[in-house]
Amino acid sequence: MTTTTADRRRQGTSPRTFTAHRHRRGRLVAGYMFVAPFMIVFVAMFLVPLLYAAYFSLFREQLVGGNVFVGLENYSRAFGDDQLWTGIGRVCLFFLIQVPIMLVAALAFALALDTGLTRLKRTTRLGIFVPYAVPGVIATLMWGFLYGPDFGPFAQLADKIGLSAPDFLSQHLMLGSLANIVFWEFTGYNMVILYAALRSVPTEIYEAAAVDGAGQWRIAWSIKIPALRGALAVCMIFSIIGSFQLFNEPQLMKSLAPTVIDDAYTPNLYAYNLAFVGQEYNYAAAVSFVLGLVILAGSYAFMFATNRRSRR
Amino acid sequence: MNPRFSRRTGLAAALAGPLALAACGRHTVDPPKSVTQAEIDEAMRTPTELNFWTWVPDIEKEVALFQDAYPAISVDVVNAGQGNPHYAKLRTALRAGNGAPDIAQLEYQMIPSFVITEDLLDLGPYGASAIGDRFVEFAWSQVSGPNGEVWAVPQDTGPMGMLYREDLFQAHGIDVPATWDDFAAAAKRLHEADPEVFLTNFSPSQGAFFAAMLWQAGADPFGGSEGPDLNVDLTSPEAQKVARYWGDLSEQDLIAVDADFNDQWYQALNKGKYATWIAPAWAPTFLQSAAASTSGLWRVAPLPQWEAGQQISSNWGGSTSAVMATTRNPIAAAVFAQFINTDPKSTQTMADEQSLYPPTKAILEDPAFTGSKVEFYGGQEVNGLFAEIGATVAPDFQWAPFQDKVYADFTATVGTAVAEKTDAVAAMEDWQRRIEEYAKYQGFTVRQP
Repeated sequence: MTTTTADRRRQGTSPRTFTAHRHRRGRLVAGYMFVAPFMIVFVAMFLVPLLYAAYFSLFREQLVGGNVFVGLENYSRAFGDDQLWTGIGRVCLFFLIQVPIMLVAALAFALALDTGLTRLKRTTRLGIFVPYAVPGVIATLMWGFLYGPDFGPFAQLADKIGLSAPDFLSQHLMLGSLANIVFWEFTGYNMVILYAALRSVPTEIYEAAAVDGAGQWRIAWSIKIPALRGALAVCMIFSIIGSFQLFNEPQLMKSLAPTVIDDAYTPNLYAYNLAFVGQEYNYAAAVSFVLGLVILAGSYAFMFATNRRSRR
Repeated sequence: MNPRFSRRTGLAAALAGPLALAACGRHTVDPPKSVTQAEIDEAMRTPTELNFWTWVPDIEKEVALFQDAYPAISVDVVNAGQGNPHYAKLRTALRAGNGAPDIAQLEYQMIPSFVITEDLLDLGPYGASAIGDRFVEFAWSQVSGPNGEVWAVPQDTGPMGMLYREDLFQAHGIDVPATWDDFAAAAKRLHEADPEVFLTNFSPSQGAFFAAMLWQAGADPFGGSEGPDLNVDLTSPEAQKVARYWGDLSEQDLIAVDADFNDQWYQALNKGKYATWIAPAWAPTFLQSAAASTSGLWRVAPLPQWEAGQQISSNWGGSTSAVMATTRNPIAAAVFAQFINTDPKSTQTMADEQSLYPPTKAILEDPAFTGSKVEFYGGQEVNGLFAEIGATVAPDFQWAPFQDKVYADFTATVGTAVAEKTDAVAAMEDWQRRIEEYAKYQGFTVRQP
């Protein structure tokens, strides 16, 4: 097919050009028609709101005094806003603690399932994945009950054996408690991505490795993990975005620990509270853009680093 | 079709979209000086659809009564969430100029927050000026503007009292405290006798409770504010007295400091961790379902007082029905808001079936209401006691025009200080400073009395 098109193009003024052109145009229109449903929703629900928010972030509307154009003032405020940067620092820390543990666990599960060592493979796989099917809101409510300092099962159990359970909802442990919830929710999800990638590795490679005398550990280390590089990068990008946008879990835990989770605990919570409690819609839009920028920079830095390493 | 051209027009359209959206203004009603009965009759005969946002369960009963009286009007009831989620959606819809209801439930403390954004319709010209004397004074003063506007119609109230566990009090020989000094002494005695039990709980995130405490103590932090001129006085002697009192109790570990209205708190109520709940008139019914296992153990008493022999109470919660300025049907909406909250059958249904504590004098003076005995409280005439307490609510207390922000800052400052046993009085200054800063940012002129 490609040669034919190229030939036709070279023919220049031949009488067939006209029909070929029409043909191409028809295909072009059909192509647009296919992507139209996506593009319409994408533009209406993503691009337009995004642009509107960008436009919106250049104003300041006060409860008294109306709306004025302030240029980039909201952004300069955001860049000097301690509350915002404390929140960003906190989600960074969350990312550094939670994501490595989660991805290592997901990788271990995926490798274990792939070796076929586990009996009841399907049940195990489903078991690890099921938490992801539990809506995050419900999972958080459930964990909130489990963490309860007086009447939660951990506290009760510790009480029975004469110990005191750690206060999972305290200032020091809250971030870890949130990381645990997210770990429980998303390990299975990441495992499925990694497992699917493993299934696409041609089995001939394993056979060749076996012929060369490689054991399961060696196969995992030298073949499977390198083969998972792409899938791991995808999981990583999702995790960067997910960590920086942490919202549901802290928002729900706030009702249990309102003095630990303040209005700016995570950048998303901060933007939400600015808009819907403080009615600082314009500034909230600017904060959202700054957060988007940080996520973009983080994801890009990660991709840059991994690309360079694979090229080396 | 040239793809480059289409991309450019697409971009132009995308850019123009938000501008066009931003440009379109919203429709609001210019309230007339007065509305004649003929105009009202005419409007109530015209087929109209009203949209009503509320979280009151079973409000359909009162709506049905309205529709029986005015068959031409149909009312669509929407539950858009309770409290903050409801206000967030309402604000968004009002700002968008599209999708806001005709009538919405507003708690008293939120009225000024919607007045400042010019979202409420003055119901005075629609007949509401004439219904003020049917309501208890403190409820009516909360819905009235400084120039005689009527911003909403009271639906229920929450005069403050004290719910206590009679069994725990008896077991430890504690008398019902009449003053806050007695209360502090009782807290010490009870906690020393049984370290698992606290006389009460102070929720660090319950700004509404703290506001009721300020109100009773005679602090009126935003009193005298008008429009763009805002008074903030959280460091008055009265306000400091309240902060010091609760801060001291917490520092001595004599009260619990758990966040409320969550599972942990419900369990604590059921398992007897708190011997009292300092709470308003809607609390008795609430507690019956929240702590069902403790039926018969609770009693109700008036709020402890700052001075022996005084009887001063305050209010926590309760709601109103307000008409949005964006309504296309001001007359029908205004009539609706008044009807469900004043019609004898409708108010009776609210009091009896939904257990909304009434603001109307007619019901508060009705022996059938005040004399009803409640099993959960050992057969006590709870409604009657709260009716007496209601008469002692101080009428003057003003809310900030951004009360939700004030509450959020309370949690971050004073609430946290009490919970973490740091200086609650210093936290009051921090609270004041945050509010001032925010108010200035929002364009208010801040005045300190």
